[in-house]
Amino acid sequence: MSDRDRGHPEVSVSVNGAPRRAVLEARRTLADFLREECLTTSVHLGCEHGVCGACTVLLDGIAVRSCLLFAVQAQGAEVTTVEGLAGPDGSLNPVQQAFRDCHGLQCGFCTPGFIVSVTAFLAENPEPTLDEIRSALSGNLCRCTGYQGIIAAVQQAAAQTLKREVLEP
Amino acid sequence: MTRGYRSPDPAAVSTGVEASEAAGRFVGQSVKRVEDRRLVAGYGQYVDDVRLPGMLHAAFLRSDLARARVRRLDTTAAAGLDGVVAVLTAEDLNHYVDSLRSSVNPPDLAIVPGHVLAPGDVRFVGDPVALVVAEDRYLAEDALELIDIDYEPLAPVVDYEQAAGSPHLVHPELGTNLGASGSGPDPGLARVFESAHLVVTETFHQQRQCNMPMETRGLVAHWQRHAGRLDLWASTQSPHELAFTAARVLQIGEHQVRVHMGDVGGAFGQKVYSGRDEMAVLLAARDLGRAVKWIEDRRENLMASNSARVDRLTVTMAVDADGRILGAEIDHLSDSGAYPLGGAPAKSAQLVSMFPGPYRIPRLGWSTATVFTNTVGRGAYRGPWQMETVGREMMIDLAAQRLGMDPLDFRRRNVIERAELPHTTATGRVYEQISPAETLEQAAEMIGYHSFRAEQAEARARGRLLGLGLSLFIEPTSMGRGALGAEGAVVRVEPDGTVTVSMGTGAHGQSLETTIAQVVADELGVEMERVILRQGDGTPYGFGTGGSRSAVIAGGAARAAASEVRARIGRIAAHLLEAAPEDVIVDRGSAFVAGTPARQVSVAEVADAAYRRPESLPEGVPEGLEHTARYRAPEVTHSNAAHACICEIDSGTGVVRILKYVVSEDCGNMVNPMIVEGQIAGGVVQGVGGALYEWAPYDADGNPRATTLLDYVMPTAAEVPILEHGHVVTPSDTPGGHKGVGEGGAIGAPACVVNAVNDALGPLGIRLSRQPLTPDTIISAIAEAESR
Repeated sequence: MSDRDRGHPEVSVSVNGAPRRAVLEARRTLADFLREECLTTSVHLGCEHGVCGACTVLLDGIAVRSCLLFAVQAQGAEVTTVEGLAGPDGSLNPVQQAFRDCHGLQCGFCTPGFIVSVTAFLAENPEPTLDEIRSALSGNLCRCTGYQGIIAAVQQAAAQTLKREVLEP
Repeated sequence: MTRGYRSPDPAAVSTGVEASEAAGRFVGQSVKRVEDRRLVAGYGQYVDDVRLPGMLHAAFLRSDLARARVRRLDTTAAAGLDGVVAVLTAEDLNHYVDSLRSSVNPPDLAIVPGHVLAPGDVRFVGDPVALVVAEDRYLAEDALELIDIDYEPLAPVVDYEQAAGSPHLVHPELGTNLGASGSGPDPGLARVFESAHLVVTETFHQQRQCNMPMETRGLVAHWQRHAGRLDLWASTQSPHELAFTAARVLQIGEHQVRVHMGDVGGAFGQKVYSGRDEMAVLLAARDLGRAVKWIEDRRENLMASNSARVDRLTVTMAVDADGRILGAEIDHLSDSGAYPLGGAPAKSAQLVSMFPGPYRIPRLGWSTATVFTNTVGRGAYRGPWQMETVGREMMIDLAAQRLGMDPLDFRRRNVIERAELPHTTATGRVYEQISPAETLEQAAEMIGYHSFRAEQAEARARGRLLGLGLSLFIEPTSMGRGALGAEGAVVRVEPDGTVTVSMGTGAHGQSLETTIAQVVADELGVEMERVILRQGDGTPYGFGTGGSRSAVIAGGAARAAASEVRARIGRIAAHLLEAAPEDVIVDRGSAFVAGTPARQVSVAEVADAAYRRPESLPEGVPEGLEHTARYRAPEVTHSNAAHACICEIDSGTGVVRILKYVVSEDCGNMVNPMIVEGQIAGGVVQGVGGALYEWAPYDADGNPRATTLLDYVMPTAAEVPILEHGHVVTPSDTPGGHKGVGEGGAIGAPACVVNAVNDALGPLGIRLSRQPLTPDTIISAIAEAESR
């Protein structure tokens, strides 16, 4: 008996620009769908109750916790994970580069969620103050870095994004 | 010795301090991390990312009572659910395993009963009772709901301070709740206490904390019966310890076990030893003959992995009128929980031994005990013995206050000076290359100690609660004894001139792919990007990564192996260049004759000769280009540091805000200053969490009250201080002059923060000695003080 025969819903989404269609149980979370069906394993599960932020992805450009959504709730949406942020040639986006430059990661498990959150945050607020950065980061947990390099990385990425916008309008 | 520090511009974090004296092209530089390219792009491979054909998924039924007899356990309905492959209980698995011991605990020391699953009675909330293996994790969890279990509740032993005298036994097999105890009385102390100017006694408490790696534990096990081969993927700090455990549990040879080491999402001590649940997964995989994956969820991690820091330390200290410490007596009690990780209860030997720390404390008497309780087992957590620093540094502030002395002056009077080295402590430790006095002065200067006191007086006059805390410690790193005594490395130049380093380490955030490449690239004279680190299967035995040991011990092994390979490159190159070996220099991937760089041959050409043109080798030089070395570390390598911080307390909300935090650290020559500072910062923030926020309490019935990250409050970016780092560099006498640094931040921070809070609350007559200092605690203390 296939999933469809059991009357499971179908979901169609775009994941990092590629169309994905699947029939799956309504209870399957977006995070599990992304990890297991789409193989975007950057979506890390740190708590599965919406606190740690490691599973953060962009849903139509908005940062969401994929452990708190069912896959079917993403029907018709564009999903972006950290795999979709680097250029096709593997070049890192300014946030990814800044995390590397500023030692913004150690074990790397929380990193994809941070990078996705920060990418969304800087799109909304390209010139943040230090307090705004701290507040924006407070929804993601990191156990290794003490956040020092992460805060520095957001400052660097903000400065670079701004510079690029000025130089390459 | 060199010194230096820089300002706290967060954007400058990656610039590092000036290179140390022993700097090479790579060693001593803040080289960017090799690991990051894949990790920031989302292509790390953690254990949950492993998918094997036909892989099954495991989930545990765990006890929801702290102590109870299992009256009925019926798995029929669960086993009958479509997609469920097996439901296993103690009856199926426990007879395979006689002991939970680790390789560090020899058989006679492992005293925790070896129950893989709960044997008819449960001993803590979270105790694994049954294991469901199913085609899918969702189905496995569905099946858990169908297991019919009925308990007869029993009175639990929850409070560790009462456990020793409780009529109820956590492990009836043992006949006592006392796990281990010891004492070392100093008969001369009584006279010292009698005649001393001042004797102060205080009891300090640390609360239950969790390691909280962002990645929980996890294991994929695949037993191929006909091949006689076990493949393991695990979130582990110690691939060889896992192989040891797997071989012992499954009664196979270690040569049949292949541990594949991927990325590991943090551990901080939690992932050295295998838990009982992991042993159950190994046994299930063997019985089923299919790959089995178990990924712990966060609730399990907080409830059933391990706890840490449940310590009570009573310190009695005698001082003379000038503030000189004359002697101390300590009594330590810790909570081992029900099944401590590693199979043996926590002993306090390291805590006692480190208590004198960086001070002249001529006499020390001690007594220690650890008890079993119906709570989750204790495990190592970054500086597992750090209660010595917590208790000593808080006592020093208290003694100074009683004497009417400034806490910095009090420390200056007692701190070990360089001229006194080597110094032997009252506990027999010998310090040789330490610099506590220098780090104390550097930290005091960085924090602006003297100008702060004026600022504080002014702030107090205006009703603000501002405080400064200090904390000083010696960190015993890279312990070179027993299973921890040595590490091995194979350095192999491949036929194309690239370099593979195989090591028994288990990096889980320490950046070893970068630092080992730095060390080996410098030693060989090749580019760093040509060097790669391999861990796990096929590497020489080693205890793994933990105990602040990798730079010294693993680095030492890598250096030793690389040094031999470099000598061989020189001999082959000399032969090819028709020069004397002593005239050949190897640098940036080329070997050339000193003074005539045009006469050169690349390392790749040397490697090609070594493997593919053996007839071109000089006589007496073996074919191939690899060498295996083991490095035996000294018994211990001591690092030291001074922490200082300034905090302000909101008297209305009880919230503590840390305004400034500085660390002056001496870890010898740094392989990579950026990475050193990252290790310190991570540890400090864990310590700040332990002082102010993190708490995993149990209620009186033994129910854990923090089983989500909403209840277990970790520091976030919103409240952490931006650290300033200072470095004093006193090289150790190990190759490279390095010392360990991984745990120091977490050792020094709690006392530093608590001391700052007590300094801020001083004018109100408040002195807190029980962590965590939550807003509630502080508000209540202020209210109580005001009502006095």
